[in-house]
Amino acid sequence: MPSSDISAATARIPAAPEPPPPASAPRSTAAGPRATDEQVLSAKPVPLRRPGQWASALVLLVLFAMLVHTLLTNSRFQWGIVGTYFLNGSILHGLELTLWLTAAVMAAGYVLGIGVAAMRLSANPVLSSLSFGFVWLIRSVPLLVQLLFWYELASLYPQVSLGIPFGEAFVTFRTAHLFSGILAAFVGLTLDVAAFSSEIVRGGLLSVERGQTEAAQALGLGRLRIFRRIVLPQAMPAIVPASGNLLIGMLKATSIVSVIAVQDLLYSSQLIYNQNFEIIPLLLVATLWYVILTTLLSIGQFFVERHFARGTNRAARKGLWELFRGNVPLLGRTGTAQGDPI
Amino acid sequence: MTGAEPLVRIRALRKSFGTHLVLDAVDLDVREGEVTVLLGPSGSGKSTLLRCVNHLERPDAGFVEVAGELVGYRHRCSRLHELGHRAINRQRARVGMVFQQFNLFPHLTVLDNIIEAPLAVRGVPRKQAEVRARELLARVGLAGREGAYPRQLSGGQQQRVAIARALAMEPQLLLFDEPTSALDPELVGEVLAVMRDLAESGMTMIVVTHEIGFAREVADTVVFLDGGRIIESGSPEDVLANPRHERARAFLAAVL
Repeated sequence: MPSSDISAATARIPAAPEPPPPASAPRSTAAGPRATDEQVLSAKPVPLRRPGQWASALVLLVLFAMLVHTLLTNSRFQWGIVGTYFLNGSILHGLELTLWLTAAVMAAGYVLGIGVAAMRLSANPVLSSLSFGFVWLIRSVPLLVQLLFWYELASLYPQVSLGIPFGEAFVTFRTAHLFSGILAAFVGLTLDVAAFSSEIVRGGLLSVERGQTEAAQALGLGRLRIFRRIVLPQAMPAIVPASGNLLIGMLKATSIVSVIAVQDLLYSSQLIYNQNFEIIPLLLVATLWYVILTTLLSIGQFFVERHFARGTNRAARKGLWELFRGNVPLLGRTGTAQGDPI
Repeated sequence: MTGAEPLVRIRALRKSFGTHLVLDAVDLDVREGEVTVLLGPSGSGKSTLLRCVNHLERPDAGFVEVAGELVGYRHRCSRLHELGHRAINRQRARVGMVFQQFNLFPHLTVLDNIIEAPLAVRGVPRKQAEVRARELLARVGLAGREGAYPRQLSGGQQQRVAIARALAMEPQLLLFDEPTSALDPELVGEVLAVMRDLAESGMTMIVVTHEIGFAREVADTVVFLDGGRIIESGSPEDVLANPRHERARAFLAAVL
């Protein structure tokens, strides 16, 4: 008896398929008389079929094929002109400006943002409400308005002076010379990043359990050490995805500086099409560059996220290629749709 | 020995959260090398009392003294001045604490969890700290697990790492805040065994627990709290076998 039990148990593992039961067997069980245990054990499991998934995938594939087709065949996209201008000198200059403006704005914005988040979480009501007010104000004012405001600061405050508050002035500047387009762009975008990043950082810090700080305090660790070594690394998994989002958003939001005549990537292509009227191809040049940069940043974000997932259960152990295949079910062996036989 | 000043002296300690009085004029002495077990229903103030000993809670009145030094305050000109972070950290470094939820640092390996404070607070060289950490891991029965992350360990193993982490600071006193309450019943024994071993080696310990068996076997003093007051205090035989107070009798009848 025990030996037959063991063979029945191994037969349950679908890896070694039993010879298929006679075609009549399943039908007879469905109809009425109860199947014997052996019949059920030797039956091959068939996963739930999902025709809806396949139908929708097919529809989307057809739409995708139509998109590729029109991109390739519509001569008005003028891919030849796109190729000519893709590595054009002034486009590359604009690209360079976009890159360093984004980098500078993000770096300065995050330094400020961490400070604003720390103020908000502080026990001091003055600091906490000032921080709240700052975030409220910056988030309320449209970015475009803010940029124009800094650019036009000279008309509001013709001169700025350093000195005793409400008292004597030591040094005085003419603001007309102070706020060039690029500085106005830097200040405006930095304040914007500071407000939004402070909320991201604050959310991340709040996601770390109170017990972590207490355990570190009980060990006698200093406040800065606790923040840098215990709390911040644990807040990072919550901070990184939202920050990646903000970074990519800011990369493209820098194109708003074209309104104050700063020659970024988009404004450079606009300057060219204002002369040769090849509007669509030049917008495509700028777009292709944004796509390339966003792709690179997304890949970078993937690795940063994987780094900070250390020690957590949801650690992304998958490689980038596996993840890609997992998300493209038609290519992937790891995709869920693949598990269903057609 | 018995004539010496107690390691921990708590006098007239009072603490309330809002209008709720959690500790009401608590006096307690803990002598060096002794194990004191705090018993009592939840909300009776046991954990708060424990957390006052390393100033994780700030008392409203009264004081805690560890090794003859006021905890969290300096007495000068008839005033108690609260200490700065640096001085409080120095005091906390001498008192180890083990939490109900372990509170290991999940992003650090077991080894890094243990050596973090010795490196940062006591300035021990890394090599030496690692050697010591391996010794402590062996002592709590986890030799060879230094590379694991906390999530890869069972609850009982995590709590034993937490004990090793506290011991790495060479504390004069260990505080245990319900160390086995978050564990599966089958894992409680391994943690209690480590604590028993520590007690036998002469470590001074204050333990909040519901493990009456542990209290009976290991404690030198059992203290029973109810409503923020100590209502029974004495040897385990006296308090556990013949509680005088009605409330203590009811509690013990319920948990035994």
